[in-house]
Amino acid sequence: MTSSPAKGIENMSKRLDPIIEKYRGKKGVTIPLLADVQKELGYVAEEAVGYLAEKADIPAAELFGVATFYAMFRMQPEGKYVVRVCRGTACHVQGSALIGDQIQRHFKIKDGETTSDGIFTLQYVACLGCCSLAPVLMVGDEVYGRLTPDKAVSILESYRDK
Amino acid sequence: MPKTLVKVGMASCGVAAGAEPVYKKLTEMLKDRDDVEVKKVGCIGFCYLEPLVEIEKGSSRITYGKVDEAIAEEIVETHIGHGETIKKYVVLNNSDEAPENPRLENQVRIVLRNSGLIDPENIDEYIEREGYKGLEKALKEMSPMDVIKEVLDSGLRGRGGAGFPTGLKWKFAHMAKSDMKYFVCNADEGDPGAFMDRSVLEGDPHSIIEGMAIGGYAIGASEGIIYCRAEYPLAIKHLNTALEQAREKELLGDNIMGTDFCFDIHIKEGAGAFVCGEETAMIASIEGKRGMPRPRPPFPANKGVFGKPTNINNVETLANIPWIITNGASAFNRYGIGRSRGTKVFALAGKVNKGGLAEVPMGMPLRDVIFELAGGIPNNKKFKAVQLGGPSGGCLPEALLDTPVDYESINATGAIMGSGGMVIMDETTCIVDVAKFFLSFVQKESCGKCPFCRIGTKRMLEILERISRGEGKMEDLDLLEELAYQIKDGSLCGLGQTAPNPVLTTLKYFREEYETHIQDKKCPAKVCTSLIKYSIDPEKCIGCTKCARNCPVNAISGEIKKAHVIDDSICVRCGKCIEVCPVNAVSVE
Repeated sequence: MTSSPAKGIENMSKRLDPIIEKYRGKKGVTIPLLADVQKELGYVAEEAVGYLAEKADIPAAELFGVATFYAMFRMQPEGKYVVRVCRGTACHVQGSALIGDQIQRHFKIKDGETTSDGIFTLQYVACLGCCSLAPVLMVGDEVYGRLTPDKAVSILESYRDK
Repeated sequence: MPKTLVKVGMASCGVAAGAEPVYKKLTEMLKDRDDVEVKKVGCIGFCYLEPLVEIEKGSSRITYGKVDEAIAEEIVETHIGHGETIKKYVVLNNSDEAPENPRLENQVRIVLRNSGLIDPENIDEYIEREGYKGLEKALKEMSPMDVIKEVLDSGLRGRGGAGFPTGLKWKFAHMAKSDMKYFVCNADEGDPGAFMDRSVLEGDPHSIIEGMAIGGYAIGASEGIIYCRAEYPLAIKHLNTALEQAREKELLGDNIMGTDFCFDIHIKEGAGAFVCGEETAMIASIEGKRGMPRPRPPFPANKGVFGKPTNINNVETLANIPWIITNGASAFNRYGIGRSRGTKVFALAGKVNKGGLAEVPMGMPLRDVIFELAGGIPNNKKFKAVQLGGPSGGCLPEALLDTPVDYESINATGAIMGSGGMVIMDETTCIVDVAKFFLSFVQKESCGKCPFCRIGTKRMLEILERISRGEGKMEDLDLLEELAYQIKDGSLCGLGQTAPNPVLTTLKYFREEYETHIQDKKCPAKVCTSLIKYSIDPEKCIGCTKCARNCPVNAISGEIKKAHVIDDSICVRCGKCIEVCPVNAVSVE
C-alpha cells in the first residue's frame, strides 16, 4: 500500500483534522467519520485512511474494512454527476437492464466507471423506492421515472451543459 | 370563509413524476390570494396518477391526477377562480363520484392515516390529527407494562418480515435489567420493490417518532436511534425537521410532558448494505463496524447496541403504535384474520395498471390485491406470477391467487409476507431470469461470513446463468435444490436462510419453464438474450432504413427500399428495431 507523494492530497491535515476532532472520543463513529472524509475529498483516498488511522487512533484495517463493506464508500474519485440506475425488482421487470446497457454504450462506461471527461459516474443500485415509476434512475439527488433507453440518455445529455 | 388548501404530493415519487414545476406554478399563480394556501404534502399511495393535487375547501376534498403545468393553470383559473370542478382530471372526490374513489374506500388506513394529508414538515398538522395523543395517554395514564399489554392484545406483529409479536419483543427488552437501553427504528428498507417505509418516513415522520417514544417508555429506554438508508435523502430531511420540532415542543428530551420520562432520538444513516436490515448486523453497523450478523442468543433484547438491551422495530410497525394506544387494542385487532391482526401496507409495482401503496386488513386474497387494488395487468397481457417478500420471498402462480394475505398462509406457499412488496409479472417476464436476478442480488449482498451463503449463492447463480444461456442440464435442477437447502441450513442469518426462496418457489411452481430453457433451449417469455434471435421478414420489410438508423450497435444493414438484414453476431437484443419498424417486419424467435 504505497502512494506516491507526487499525487498526494494537498492540505491533508487542514482538511481532515477538523473532521477527526469532531468525532474524537465518541463511540461507533467509523461510518460517519469516513462519510465526512468522503464528502471533503470526494472519495476515501488510500493515503487519507493512513492519515486517519494515525491521527484518530483507529486501526487502518478497521477503516478499510468498513470502507470496502458498504456500497456508499468509494476508493476512487467520481464524476461531477453520479448516475444511479435502479436495478430493483420492479425496474428489472420493466426493462432497466436495457437502460443500463444503452447508457454504457452511449457514454462508453461500465458500472462503477467514470466518463473520460469526468462528468458522469455510472452506478447500478438495488432499489430507489420509486417502484411504481419504474424504470427509474437518479442523477445526483434528482429522480427520473418512466424511462426508456433513449429518454435516459437524453436526460443525461441535458446535464452536460448544466 | 374557510381557506382553500391546495396540496401537492411531494414525496420522492411525486417529485420524480414532475411535481416540482407544478408546485412552482401553483405558488406563483396564487401568491396574491390570501384565502388560498399552497402546501407540500406526502404521498397518498396513488403513484400511478402522480403528480397529484388536492383542493380542500371546507369539507370538500377533490383530487386531480397526472397534473402538469398546463393543468395546474386550468385548476387555478377554473376550480379556484370560478369554483367549477374540472371533471376530466378528477381522480378522487369525497362528495361526488370519481373514478378512483372505490380504491380508497376499499382501504383501511391506519399506517397511512396521515400520508398525503398533512404537511410532514409541520408538527401542528400532525398534532391536529390526534398526534402525540397516544404518547400522552401512555405517559400519563399507563404504566410501561400497561403499554406492553395493550400492544400484545392488539396482536401487532413485526411488519419488517418475520412477523414476531411486537408486544412480546417489548416485554423481553422491558425485563432486561440495565442502566441504559436503546430503542431502534429499522428504516433500512432494503427489499427491492418495497417503498411503504419511505412513504411513511417522508409523509408522516412524527408517527414514527411518537411510536418510538411510546416504545422507549415501555421498555425503559432513554435513547432512540433511527437507522435510515442513505438512498432516502428526503426521508432523512423530513425526519430531522420533525425531530427538531418535537424537541421544541418538549415531546422529546428530558421530562417529556412533565413526567419523569426522558428520551431523545438521533438518526444513523446507513451506508448501503442490504444485510444491515438483519438485527444483529444493524447493531454492528450502528457501532461503526462492518455490518455482519452474529449468532443469537444473546438476543438484542439482552445484548444489543454497545452490549446494552436493545429493541428494534421497523417503520410500519412503529407507525401503528400511536394509533393502537390512542384507539385501544380492540379497535386494531378487529381487523385481520387468524393470528395476523390489523392492516398491512402493500407496495404494488411491476406489470400492473395502478402501481402504488394500498393499506388493507390482513387476509385479503392475493387476487383482490392484484386485480382490484393494483388494477390488473396492462395491455391485455396475462398474469404470470406475483413476487412477494423481496429477495427472501417467492414467486406465486395464478393457481395460488386465492391465498389470503396473512403471515401463516403466505409462509405455507414457500414465499413470505416480508415487508409487503409485491412485484407483479406478466407473460413477458421470464421466471428463470427473475430467479437469476434475485440470486445475483443476494450473492452481491451476502456479507461473506457463512461459507454456504457466500459460496453457495455464487454456485447457484452460475447454474442459473448456464440455464439462461441454454447450456443447462436437467441434473442442474436437482443440484439447485440441493444447494438451496444446504444454504438454508448452513447460514447464520435471515439473508442466507431465505436467499434460496426465489429459486425454490419458482422450481416448485414454474418448473416447466426451467425445463423449456434446458431441453428446448427456448425462453418462452423471450427475455434470455442467448436464446432469442431477432430477424426481419424480407416480405414485409419496405427498406425504409429506420431500423438501421436507430440500431445502437449498427447491426442492421441493407439498401434503401430493399429488405434489411440483422447481423445476429452484433445484435444486442435491445428491441429498438421492433419499436421503430412502421410495418411490424421485425420479429423475435
